[in-house]
Amino acid sequence: MRFARFLVSRLITYFLVILIGMTIVFFVPRFLPSDPISAALGRITSSGSTMTPAQVSAMRDTLEQLYGLQGTLPEQYFNFMSRALLTGNFGQSLSFYPMPVNQLIAQSLPWTVFLLLTSTIIAWVVGNFIGLLTGYRSGKWYSKALEGIAIFLYPIPYYILALVLIILFVYIIPVFPISFSVKGKPFSPEFISSAIFNSILPGLSIIIGAFGWWILSMKALSSGIAEEDYVNFARMKGVGSGTIMRRYVLRNAILPQITLLAISIGTIFNGALIAEILFGYPGLGTLTYTAVVQTDYNLLMGTISISIIAVATAALVVDLIYPLFDPRIQYR
Amino acid sequence: MQKMRNILRLNRRLQVGSILILIFLIFGLVLPRFSPYNAIDWNVVPRNLPASKVHIFGTTSLGQDTFWLLTFAIQNSLFIGVIVAFFSTAIGVLAGLTAGYAGGVVDRVLSLLMDVFISVPSLPILILVASLLQGKTSLLTIGIALIVFNWPWPARQVRAIALSMREREFINTARFSGKGTLGIVVYEIFPYIFNWSVANFVNTVLVAISTESALAVIGLSSVQQATLGTMIYWALQYQGILGKKWYWIGSPVVAIVILFIALFLASTGFAEYSAEKRGRQSA
Repeated sequence: MRFARFLVSRLITYFLVILIGMTIVFFVPRFLPSDPISAALGRITSSGSTMTPAQVSAMRDTLEQLYGLQGTLPEQYFNFMSRALLTGNFGQSLSFYPMPVNQLIAQSLPWTVFLLLTSTIIAWVVGNFIGLLTGYRSGKWYSKALEGIAIFLYPIPYYILALVLIILFVYIIPVFPISFSVKGKPFSPEFISSAIFNSILPGLSIIIGAFGWWILSMKALSSGIAEEDYVNFARMKGVGSGTIMRRYVLRNAILPQITLLAISIGTIFNGALIAEILFGYPGLGTLTYTAVVQTDYNLLMGTISISIIAVATAALVVDLIYPLFDPRIQYR
Repeated sequence: MQKMRNILRLNRRLQVGSILILIFLIFGLVLPRFSPYNAIDWNVVPRNLPASKVHIFGTTSLGQDTFWLLTFAIQNSLFIGVIVAFFSTAIGVLAGLTAGYAGGVVDRVLSLLMDVFISVPSLPILILVASLLQGKTSLLTIGIALIVFNWPWPARQVRAIALSMREREFINTARFSGKGTLGIVVYEIFPYIFNWSVANFVNTVLVAISTESALAVIGLSSVQQATLGTMIYWALQYQGILGKKWYWIGSPVVAIVILFIALFLASTGFAEYSAEKRGRQSA
């Protein structure tokens, strides 16, 4: 029963986050003092082609239809929301005309999921392990050194790390290729190995960018828990130091870290977006950037809506697996 | 005396952070006044000069002096950071206190808003805003957009503090001695939250500069203004890495790294310091 209540309230938040997020995405272009249609018409006329007023107004109609700008505001809103949320249809892309936007997103989303899932899990596991070590053995020299590294790395944003990695490993020591290039047919061994090879640097920038935070938060948690009475009792009882670290400290400190992971998925996603663009990684970030550069608004609305849904879903999944790690919570 | 020394030693972080921030303030607020030319203008000096006595960081491919450009960039980045952090923290503290203290429907609506703005990835929406305002983006619009996404973090924290405060003994004492809600919030709860707000303010300066720079690096901030991010953007546009223009692309990168470490040290150092101070008072 309790699990049902938890699930229902969590699902309500999930849908509200998506609903409000999409509402922002819908209203932002309509309230900003900018007119994408006039801009598009301006580009067409300034490129030398002459159009009669009738042609211009026909063009305007077509563009309005394409952007879903016809009808009253509530009509547009319900059209947009039902198309985006129920059918996942964001219209056709202008820069890859006549490709539908959702087909382009379907191509790039797996890349982003692959990159983010792998690097977030590595950063979380490695960061928590180092954090546990530095928190539990805070007196040791290596703990201090590792904490120092974490303090140095944590404030540096992902895109700066990405730039530094590009400068170091693409230009100064040319280990990795300048542009992202995957060889072979999809899912052939050659394809997989070249995809992994090309993803190393983007992944590394996300791992290094994220794990400082996991080290520092885990260190704070585990050094607090290491002073709890039940840990002292275990120590006096003669339980080995390694066992205490794994069974007593880790088990308790890992739980807030899971909640924290759910909260920080949005931030990690933001960082990965820029890293993707800098590396030319063929994921959602680069697709968003293409949409911006090509002023392809259908594509832009599509990638941004999918970003919001993806981040909300990832946070939901993390929150739902939380009970698996905490045997004390029994939703019965 | 012994305790004093302990606090000072514990706060190596605050010391190092403040000294570094002070250096940045001098760089950003004082040095630009001495610039021999408007450092963001193009072609005021010969292009692509190496570092020399006249141009200590050389010049850019746009004919700007890299050193003076850097001071302008630091000035603007600090400006954005401080403005965004001030308003985000102020709005956040206000919203958090209201939610935590009013409770009921107000609390539920505000909490929902906080959760939504924290869960919605901010950068895609900022990219949408910036790309719609193409060419018309000013640092002010970017600043306002950043405030919209940064107030919920302090708000959520302050709400939690205010909720725990509500049940404390001294709040009840104040209430029974006839103080009104506003009076209790201003005189009893706010002092507790103030120190926390300072640490949050410093941290938000970091977040704001970081987000503006992220937008700027991909050319979506106000590219005609000098910020640390736009400096990297122009260096990348002119193949700064390939052309090995290390001062041009490297100086904003190094500046961001040092500034962010300084802000982080100051923020965590201050939090530690105020926790120590509270401990001393109650002891």
